[in-house]
Amino acid sequence: MHKPTNYELWFVAVAALFLLFILPGLNAFTAPGSVLHVSDFTINLYGKYLCYGIVAISVDLLWGYTGLLSLGQCLFFALGGYMMGMYLMRMIGDLGQYHQPIPDFLVFLGWSKLPAFWQPFSSFKFATMMAILLPAVVALGFGFLAFRSRIKGVYFSILTQALTYAGCLLFFRNDMLMGGNNGFTDFKFIAGHDLRLPATQRELYICSVLLLLATYGLCKWLTNSKFGKVQCAIRDSENRVLFSGYATAHFKLFVFVLAAIIAGLAGALYVPQVGIINPSEMATDKSLEAIVWVSVGGRGTLIGPVIGAFAVNAMKSWATRAYPDLWLMFLGLTFILVTLFMPKGIVGLPAQIGALRRRFQQPKTDASEVANSKRVEEQIKPNLK
Amino acid sequence: MLIVSCLTCLGAEPGLRPFYNRMKSLRKYLAILTWCAAAGLALAADSGGPDSPAIRKELVQVILGIDGDRQTLLNDLSETGSKLVGDTLLAWTRGSIYLYPSPDGTKQPVLLEDAQDATGKARAIRLSDGEFLKDAAGKELRFGDNDLIAADTDMRLRSAIRQTVDTLALASPDKDARFSAVTKLGNSQKSMYVPILQARLTKETDSTVKRAILEGIASLQIGDRDPQVQIAAVGHLAALHSIGNLETLQKLAASPKTDPQLIKAANAAVGSIQSHIWWVNFFGTIFRGISLGSILLVVALGLAITFGLMGVINMAHGEMIAIGAYTSYVVQNLFGTGFAFAINLPFSFMGKQLGFSLSLPGLNATGWFYQSYFLFVLPLSFLAAALAGLVLERAVIQFLYRRPLESLLATWGVSLVMQQLFRMVFGANNVQVNSPTWLLGHCTLNDVSFGYNRLFVIGFAIMIVLGTWLLLAKTPLGLLIRAVMQNRSMASCMGVRTTRVNMLTFAFGSGLAGLAGAFLSQIGNVGPSLGQSYIVDSFMTVVVGGVGSIIGTVYSALGIGTADQVLQQLLGSPVLGKIIVLTCIILFLQWKPGGLFAIRGRSLD
Repeated sequence: MHKPTNYELWFVAVAALFLLFILPGLNAFTAPGSVLHVSDFTINLYGKYLCYGIVAISVDLLWGYTGLLSLGQCLFFALGGYMMGMYLMRMIGDLGQYHQPIPDFLVFLGWSKLPAFWQPFSSFKFATMMAILLPAVVALGFGFLAFRSRIKGVYFSILTQALTYAGCLLFFRNDMLMGGNNGFTDFKFIAGHDLRLPATQRELYICSVLLLLATYGLCKWLTNSKFGKVQCAIRDSENRVLFSGYATAHFKLFVFVLAAIIAGLAGALYVPQVGIINPSEMATDKSLEAIVWVSVGGRGTLIGPVIGAFAVNAMKSWATRAYPDLWLMFLGLTFILVTLFMPKGIVGLPAQIGALRRRFQQPKTDASEVANSKRVEEQIKPNLK
Repeated sequence: MLIVSCLTCLGAEPGLRPFYNRMKSLRKYLAILTWCAAAGLALAADSGGPDSPAIRKELVQVILGIDGDRQTLLNDLSETGSKLVGDTLLAWTRGSIYLYPSPDGTKQPVLLEDAQDATGKARAIRLSDGEFLKDAAGKELRFGDNDLIAADTDMRLRSAIRQTVDTLALASPDKDARFSAVTKLGNSQKSMYVPILQARLTKETDSTVKRAILEGIASLQIGDRDPQVQIAAVGHLAALHSIGNLETLQKLAASPKTDPQLIKAANAAVGSIQSHIWWVNFFGTIFRGISLGSILLVVALGLAITFGLMGVINMAHGEMIAIGAYTSYVVQNLFGTGFAFAINLPFSFMGKQLGFSLSLPGLNATGWFYQSYFLFVLPLSFLAAALAGLVLERAVIQFLYRRPLESLLATWGVSLVMQQLFRMVFGANNVQVNSPTWLLGHCTLNDVSFGYNRLFVIGFAIMIVLGTWLLLAKTPLGLLIRAVMQNRSMASCMGVRTTRVNMLTFAFGSGLAGLAGAFLSQIGNVGPSLGQSYIVDSFMTVVVGGVGSIIGTVYSALGIGTADQVLQQLLGSPVLGKIIVLTCIILFLQWKPGGLFAIRGRSLD
């Protein structure tokens, strides 16, 4: 974080150029047989990864910068997705299996008329607004209660896990009229465009890149501002910040709601690209997976989570095809090894290697001394808090 | 001996297939008959020996229709409670009793044996003594179906026989058989059984059966023509809290033909029975809640130790539960036919596919020895999970004591790896764990039924809590554990080997999870994701109870378990109940952020 930011800026600029212009350009303007051609599948896949990247940034904003390990980000992601999904379900019109003006699963449940809360979702603007508002309101309510009673650390993690679990159970119910077990799928149109056309998918992909860049920019600005300093201070020692006269609960609440909104928007963009949303997106595992991305990429940085999201998901795509039985084992082992040996993730790897090299180049006595002093430092640190 | 052979033949007769299965308990019947005769219950006037030739004599008399009134004879027979009588009479109504004209001119009732020879003929058994029919030369006689005339019955006789067979069981020495016979008669709506039941009431000794008889009489009397009798019967039913008669009473109260006073009595009875049902449901729900709470308690107690005392978030705790459950599966199979598995890895090395396989022979145990496998499961599941916990602590967790949030992530990784291992070894589907017979079944107390497996879990949870408390409060190891948990560096300075204490504590907590798994294998399904379904609940239990407090865990586990069951009952939906419980927990933590029993201290982190 405190390194010269030039490398990071260069990296972001090159990546943005590549993602925003080169990839979609190669998809749109080269022939399918050509060497340079990027297939529609790849564009779609990258669109998915980009949404994951946005979620990862929101997780990092909470965990890496504020020290709040929330296991509820997938809930907000799925809520955003569900809001967009409702709009997409309305846009199917009477092209469904039953050829009724209301979504198929409602016909199946015996409804002949649209339930009242479904009515406004025919509007794209309303659905987008709800994809922002609903996660924000849920996060505000929960965060208010949690931070007011100073629930922190692992208790916060466990409570958010319970919240997500409750949400997941709720959406599995058919009486919620949100598709139950199967969720929403079989979408046809978005804002007048046919979702099955490559051009539409490309546009959604470009939207994802733009949203990722906007999120990155916003978080960069936020974390570099005075607000960001307070955030990091809360992470490192909340009590000292509290004693210095800051209302830490307000800061945390703001970050929690902001992260929920970012995750909700990512979900809203994710659903039309993947074409399905169901309650399994809310399972706690998904939140933990998002935390893996951040931890693999490197927390406390803003490019780390995105790199982690791309790296882990690329590995997932490869491993689920090559070794379908062992994929979970890969994921689990990665998680253990990264936590134990790469606390700073991929982004921190160069510095880690550098430190290791320096240690081996120095004479042995010095090295043990350095290690000793380090150990003493580590032991004193918690007591200094 | 005679009865044995006769019943053998009875059972073997084609028309009496259902009785064939009962042949195994022939000796039991013999003993029962002996008992009846000895007790003087069965044959008042001319009590016979152990094989009761008197009963056989009466049976022959009834069938031949000589020497007296058939009805009186049948009434006599119904008092015997003998299985032989019931089987023979039923065979008679089906036309399977044949009359053999013997050389001396008399007729003898016989039964034909099941086993036929090549010509379709079978040996015949004399009813009077249970011996095979023989000719003068001592050779066994054989008959086809059409060689003999069947002893015939008319409609009146058949109904009298059926009544005899029905009431026969009332005198059975087995109290369960008596109970079901009484229930059957009570529900028959035939008022002719009232005097029979009343007569039985004076002889009955067992209180459960007595109650059933009273209930049966009352429910038969409801159909009486005299309103006074009816009102009295309704009063009896109300006093007995007869749930089975609720519908009858409701119909009675709603019928326009009913006497107004009777309606009043019936309404009062309905009210009384309904409130009884409410209480039965209430206590049933509380019992299920406490038993669910006990399971939760055993699961959460392990977590209270690793999470509460050590501050390590072990997401793989659920997999420790699964280890316990799978241990009971493996032990069960080792007592049975053996256990084997093979894993094939999708890699090859020097042209050979890599893999691993193991095959253990089984003991092929049967009977009580097989049933006792669960006693071996308990210590083994504890040890297996404790060992896994020990390895986990040494390999991963010891590096993360200073980073609790990261211990959550690393152990989640462990949990994924372990789930996949379970899938590879035991398959992705649920495996079958059979409960030992002594854990099946239930006992009923005042209409509330208590399952033995649930009672067992409750009892065992109490023992585990006591054991844990003793270990922590009364042993040297407990003292060391508490010292390390309070202040690790201070304890280390005082010479406590903290690493070893950590290791043992973590292993103990994991072992408790394994024990919980052994219970869960008796109650629910055993599959690779078994632990996942309990992990959220048990974390909540520990947080609500107050982290680091064992007694708090006990209270919160029982509270959450009961609340869950009560809400399920009220809302009729398990999911909605669970959501409300989770919401309540979040709200509860507003009020008491540290849980029920927060540990107070001056330290500030």
